[in-house]
Amino acid sequence: MDTTPKNNIGKPMNRVDGRLKVMGAALYSAEYNLPNMSYAVLVGSSIAKGRIKSIDARAAERAPGVLAVITHFNSPKVPGFTPTGKDPSQPQTVGGRLKVFHDDLVRFNDQPIAVVVADTLERARYAARLVKAQYEQDKHVTDMGAGIEQGFVPTQAKKNPKSGVADYVRGTADAYKTGAVKLESEYVIPTEVHHPMELQSIIAHWEAPDRLTLYDKTQGTLATRRDFAKEWNLPEENVKVIATFVGGAFGNALHSWPHESAAIIAAHKVNRPVKLVLTREQMTTMVGYRPHTWQKVGMSATPDGKITAITHEAVGQTSSYEEFTESTVQQTRMMYQSPNVNTRYRIAALDVSTPIWMRGPGEATGAFALESAMDEMAYLLNIDPMEFRLRNYTDKDPENGKPWSSKFLKECYQMGSERVGWNKRQLKPGSLRDGDWLVGYGMGVGTFGAHRGSSKANIRLLPNGTVLLQSAVTDIGPGTGTAMTQIAADTLGLSPDKIRFEWGNSDFAQAPTQGGSAIVNTVGPAVQEACLALKEKLRTMAATSNNAFASAKKEDVVFADGYVTLKGNTGARANFADLLKQTDGGFVTVESKPEGDNQKNYSMYSFSVHFAEVRVHQLTGEVRVSKLVSCADAGTIVNEKTAGNQMKGGAVGGIGMALTEHATIDDRFGRYVTKDLAEYHVPVHADAPDVQVAFVNQPDPYVNSLGTKGIGEIAIIGVAPAIANAVFNATGKRVRELPITPDKLI
Amino acid sequence: MADEKPGTPPENAGHDGNRRDFLKKSTLLTAVALTPGPVVHAAEAAWDEKVAAAFEKVPLKLEVNGVKHKLSVEPRTTLLDLLREQLHLTGTKKGCDYGQCGACTVHVDGERVNSCLRLAVMEDGKKVTTIEGLANGDKLHPMQEAFVKHDGFQCGYCTPGQIMSAVACIREGHAGSEGEIKEYMSGNICRCGAYSNIVAAIQDVKNGGQKV
Repeated sequence: MDTTPKNNIGKPMNRVDGRLKVMGAALYSAEYNLPNMSYAVLVGSSIAKGRIKSIDARAAERAPGVLAVITHFNSPKVPGFTPTGKDPSQPQTVGGRLKVFHDDLVRFNDQPIAVVVADTLERARYAARLVKAQYEQDKHVTDMGAGIEQGFVPTQAKKNPKSGVADYVRGTADAYKTGAVKLESEYVIPTEVHHPMELQSIIAHWEAPDRLTLYDKTQGTLATRRDFAKEWNLPEENVKVIATFVGGAFGNALHSWPHESAAIIAAHKVNRPVKLVLTREQMTTMVGYRPHTWQKVGMSATPDGKITAITHEAVGQTSSYEEFTESTVQQTRMMYQSPNVNTRYRIAALDVSTPIWMRGPGEATGAFALESAMDEMAYLLNIDPMEFRLRNYTDKDPENGKPWSSKFLKECYQMGSERVGWNKRQLKPGSLRDGDWLVGYGMGVGTFGAHRGSSKANIRLLPNGTVLLQSAVTDIGPGTGTAMTQIAADTLGLSPDKIRFEWGNSDFAQAPTQGGSAIVNTVGPAVQEACLALKEKLRTMAATSNNAFASAKKEDVVFADGYVTLKGNTGARANFADLLKQTDGGFVTVESKPEGDNQKNYSMYSFSVHFAEVRVHQLTGEVRVSKLVSCADAGTIVNEKTAGNQMKGGAVGGIGMALTEHATIDDRFGRYVTKDLAEYHVPVHADAPDVQVAFVNQPDPYVNSLGTKGIGEIAIIGVAPAIANAVFNATGKRVRELPITPDKLI
Repeated sequence: MADEKPGTPPENAGHDGNRRDFLKKSTLLTAVALTPGPVVHAAEAAWDEKVAAAFEKVPLKLEVNGVKHKLSVEPRTTLLDLLREQLHLTGTKKGCDYGQCGACTVHVDGERVNSCLRLAVMEDGKKVTTIEGLANGDKLHPMQEAFVKHDGFQCGYCTPGQIMSAVACIREGHAGSEGEIKEYMSGNICRCGAYSNIVAAIQDVKNGGQKV
């Protein structure tokens, strides 16, 4: 463990990029002003499945300002689009990304079939409407139905029985069927769409025939670089991806999408920079979503509240051309003590575009089923739901018998139940009311792996005594740049305003894609190690002229006022400028990896619990979340302000899952009917209570040197069931299909 | 191909086509009188388009953040696209283009509007303030300060719209209580969910008594 004093870590420091953001000076991907810019607009298919017979682009081509209309008939050849090629850069999915303008096949409604490029946005948008296609239509399927038999075993599970999405059995499978007290319930979550406020945007610029620069909305500059370098058969270093500011993503920029390929093809064809910004409708149809998922939980318990068996089954939708999987059922294996647990996970291929992980991927969906079932069982047993969870608490991971790296979930229960006023909750539903409003309380637990990968960091001491750090990592909103600055400030003993952390550029030091709550866990230690390496380098350099430095420890090296000094040795001083004259100056790159066997020896998870107080209008069925308390065991909290904000945001996302979000397909046409924000309802100001957040803030001893475990996912996982359970407590109505709209309550 | 949506600039292909054809014919008549035939034929497409495009633009006077602009814009250009693509004031954000998210909120003659729902030509002679014009030089507007202090954002994309809306919300007298603020800010969506921090920032400014 790092023992340097914490002057910045844990403090509610303002964001380092806050000023840029409030001034409108932060540049997002569509906002770079390149000379000779052109604009691209996509044309989508009007059928969900079939073949394109013909495309009449003549009117569009003749329209004013049009530079090119590109379809599969005339698209430049993309070297990476081999007819049956698999995409090894996406090991999680079998099949491959859509190869845009590559063949005449239509695989989903609004699939890009043409792109129009013009000298202005208005002209491109107008001309795009003039493109007409004729199709040979096939019968499509966009309705998944219900039941485990609707899906198939993912290829990944067939190849590897130990894969996380393979069937799992502990004890006896389906043992709940013979239990003393038992339940069997089906749960459905509809398709939900990420809908970050920034539309998916890209500027593609071929700087030379073999050099490509992308200003792109992505969560991973290096993953995007790798995908498009491969697509165009270029060395990776010839592709540069810039994503300094990303206007939200929530997972939908974890994958490379057809519009990105289309913009690159278009820029190749017109030999000018091409800007392509999706419409809000296209955000629904082609850049991923949380898949519609059917689930069934069977559970049995003894009359005194000990779980004896759980069976959790799930089928999630995917596309016809790419197998998408997520960890929907995995938390059921480790969350509660039960001698018998089995899970089955299947996917169903429909004529839709490919889903992609959406905040709390899989787990948020799975938690709705598991945590609803826990509430249902507690009700059957007539036990308080928190007490029921405590009776089945796990002190080690029941899936593999390993100790937890840390687990303070009981503390979270305590903190949250006090704050929400859990003692007011009545066992009997419908007992509390406030005028016409029925009042209820519910809880839901969340967990997500505390992932820590490998990462590099660059650090440089500048002649003016400031320090520059660089990482290819992106910051989609959690405040990565701020957290890294705080970590560096404490490690170097420098004031945060003397540190500049730069991110979002594939030319910077290697870092993973921002996702899976893993960034502070992974990049944080790299920043810390880079700072220590810089100190060591300066100490060594100083030692050539001053013996006091030769025997000093790197921890004792202090930066102050343009000098390197030593703790407790006033005589040891070396001027930055002098040091920087030596060799390559103060530049270091480090690589940081998970420590020793920790990941082998411990089960590493973040935990959260959410408590909701809801009011349900007894006549209209309107549900208001009047209180939401989110407590997290996420290890060390680097920044109380930004971390608290992230928790609140997850809770608001959970309100959307629970009460409003539902992407509806008209199955007759295989077409979404909820394609904008007037029809797809995300929570607004009036829907959001002042979420109360509490952190245990205990460092985890094993995940990394900082003690962090990750926040982003557990902020939303468990929120939707907390609200659904509160609605049951208020009304006695158990809604097992989200969202809980008034029609389901009256 | 795209469906008609409320809020999309009206684009009637037939009407547009007729007008363009008329312009082409009339300019061509003049051109034929002055130029040898084959040259006219070769240059017809590109040259005609340039002339026609010039005719299709409408003069527009607009004051943006205190700077007077004399512009020539297509009637179908929205105020939002004019700001972002022609004036390069990208602080005003495009989040939906249908007036549903509020990311494009600016002040026109002091009132908050969704700039994606305004055709630029409708604003002739008006004064527009965008997020870039809110601060006084290096000194942030109190609302900008409060958003930083209360962390009223995460990704920052809805932020300019939230701030412009928040300033107007107080000026309108709609920031009297937490409930009223939430109601009058509900046209500005924050998908990151920083709502309670935004409300705290607005209350701080309202109660701080600073001039907004």
